Amino acid sequence: MGQDILVVAEHLKGEFADVTFELLGKAAELAGATGGSVSVALIGSGMKDKAQELGAAAKVYSVDHTGLADFNPLTHGSALAAVVDHAAPRLTLVANTSMGMDLAASLSVAKDLPLIAYALDVQVDGDAIVATSQLYGGKIYAESASTGASVIVSVLAGVFPADAGRTNGSPAIEDVAAPDGIDDAQVRFQALVEPEGGDVDITQHDILVAVGRGIGSEDNLPLAEELASALGGAVCSSRPIVDSKWLPKTRQVGKSGLKVKPKVYLALGISGAPEHIEGMKDAELIIAVNTDETAPIFEFAHYGSTEDLFDLVPALTEKLK
Amino acid sequence: MNIVVPVKLVPDLVEELEINDDGTDLERDFLSYKINEFCDHAIEEALQIKEAHGASVTVIAIERDETDKVLYTALAKGADRAVKVTGVDEAATTHTAAKAMCTVIAGMDYDVVMTGVQAADDRDGQLGILLAGYLGVPCVSVVSDVSVSGDTLTVHKEYSGGMMARYEVTPKIVLGVQAARQTPRYAPVSRVRQIMKETELEEVLVGDADVDVGSTVRRMYTPEKGEGAEMLEGSSEDVAARIAQLLNEKRS
Ligand SMILES: Cc1cc2nc3c(=O)[nH]c(=O)nc-3n(C[C@H](O)[C@H](O)[C@H](O)COP(=O)(O)OP(=O)(O)OC[C@H]3O[C@@H](n4cnc5c(N)ncnc54)[C@H](O)[C@@H]3O)c2cc1C
Repeated sequence: MGQDILVVAEHLKGEFADVTFELLGKAAELAGATGGSVSVALIGSGMKDKAQELGAAAKVYSVDHTGLADFNPLTHGSALAAVVDHAAPRLTLVANTSMGMDLAASLSVAKDLPLIAYALDVQVDGDAIVATSQLYGGKIYAESASTGASVIVSVLAGVFPADAGRTNGSPAIEDVAAPDGIDDAQVRFQALVEPEGGDVDITQHDILVAVGRGIGSEDNLPLAEELASALGGAVCSSRPIVDSKWLPKTRQVGKSGLKVKPKVYLALGISGAPEHIEGMKDAELIIAVNTDETAPIFEFAHYGSTEDLFDLVPALTEKLK
Repeated sequence: MNIVVPVKLVPDLVEELEINDDGTDLERDFLSYKINEFCDHAIEEALQIKEAHGASVTVIAIERDETDKVLYTALAKGADRAVKVTGVDEAATTHTAAKAMCTVIAGMDYDVVMTGVQAADDRDGQLGILLAGYLGVPCVSVVSDVSVSGDTLTVHKEYSGGMMARYEVTPKIVLGVQAARQTPRYAPVSRVRQIMKETELEEVLVGDADVDVGSTVRRMYTPEKGEGAEMLEGSSEDVAARIAQLLNEKRS
């Protein structure tokens, strides 16, 4: 195996995801340590035309096929395995996203390569690749080392700066043949389903009152609504509230929901799972209320309280009226 | 349609998690386990399919402290079969758990495997995707909306911002379930007790599943609280007053 760092490009509707540039920036830094160079696995249809956006890489391995236009875990997975065979990277960086999760773990089995997932950091330490995983809902970190000749690390979105990898250029393009059987695969992409328009656009509000599972039941939501209206803000939530259909999907903040950047984010009964944090960590002022003093939300909040939200919220609403 | 649901038990995150003496794993002596919440959704979605289209649902779990309860509960909810896998180390990696599940499932007559999209201890990847690799069948994960029509299934894979991709899939297939179409049901305790009295769990010993994952944990730790929140102390009145003050400063 070589010393190169291979970044798996993620794209949707013809645009590269921010995380692709985040990985590229990190890869450039790591390539200095391995003495290799940065390359990209670009799997899609017609995406080659956008390779100049991947100027942080020296080389782009392109698997281009009309049947690969939309992400498909099966066919994109076998295309990635073909690129890895061809490129023999020291390290493959994949985003720990919906698409990247599928690719990283299937590649690990297909090519019998070590995988370190949920990474917040990756380093080269002598002959080892060292990555720090965020586990147990963000409560525990694990630093793993692998001396394997080729290692996969799936990196959480939003942990490295995208600007570091956003460079235009003209990387060399090397075509890799598409795998067989793309058009009659067992998994067939049908369509992208756009999110429904919302009653309230939580990304446009300065003040958000966010509720999590700590709110207990749908009947308690008015507590949050009264507080939000006293503040002139809107109510949003963590995922379980939406899964329970207490609030519409358009109110969900996080990895599979919306990213928000309000002036104030008041988190009530939210534990602060990494998937939630991804959507709100850039809020200007974060205040968290959670009875568990070890809840990870307190690492990201500016102010915190372990008061019971059922005591605190009515008192707070009263003071703001 | 035969649906197999391998479920993971994970440490209860509500309890305090302690690190062992050499700092490389959790202190597992007094750890309490519960079903991974996404696996609970996988069971629910399998039962929904069973109720709508007719299917047989088999739930499988690796032996931990609470496994019997989890499996009896699954039966009480409506699963047809429950299998306990023994002989797999408590600190096993997800690769090893997937290999063990593969050993058991490969011999079954299954169409669809549904499991939780991820679990709190997935340091080396997610059970469903790894299992699919070992079984040699495809996987779609982060799936939330499954429907069945004849021999094909339509599934929705979630991206960010509420965007989804719709796929049509032909069994055999593994699905990593994000959320069932409704909140996982509860099984009345009396029903679980009754099942426990009437039923004996099937057990399968898998002794040789160990997979070399090619990485070792050097250090496991609780993240620094360094940059953490300033904690507001006092009565709820005091805290409310302080928060009101912070909010008013920010609003003006
Ligand atoms: C692929 C994927 C994508 C995901 N996308 C998202 C996403 O977009 N958004 C998202 O939010 N999650 C997402 N999740 C789910 C995420 O992993 C967590 O399960 C979820 O964020 C937990 O929500 P929660 O904090 O409300 O619930 P919990 O983790 O159950 O936390 C509830 C908290 O309330 C506290 N509490 C209880 N009672 C009280 C009280 N009376 N007063 C004060 N505090 C109290 C508890 O101490 C606890 O910390 C995703 C998961 C996956 C696998």
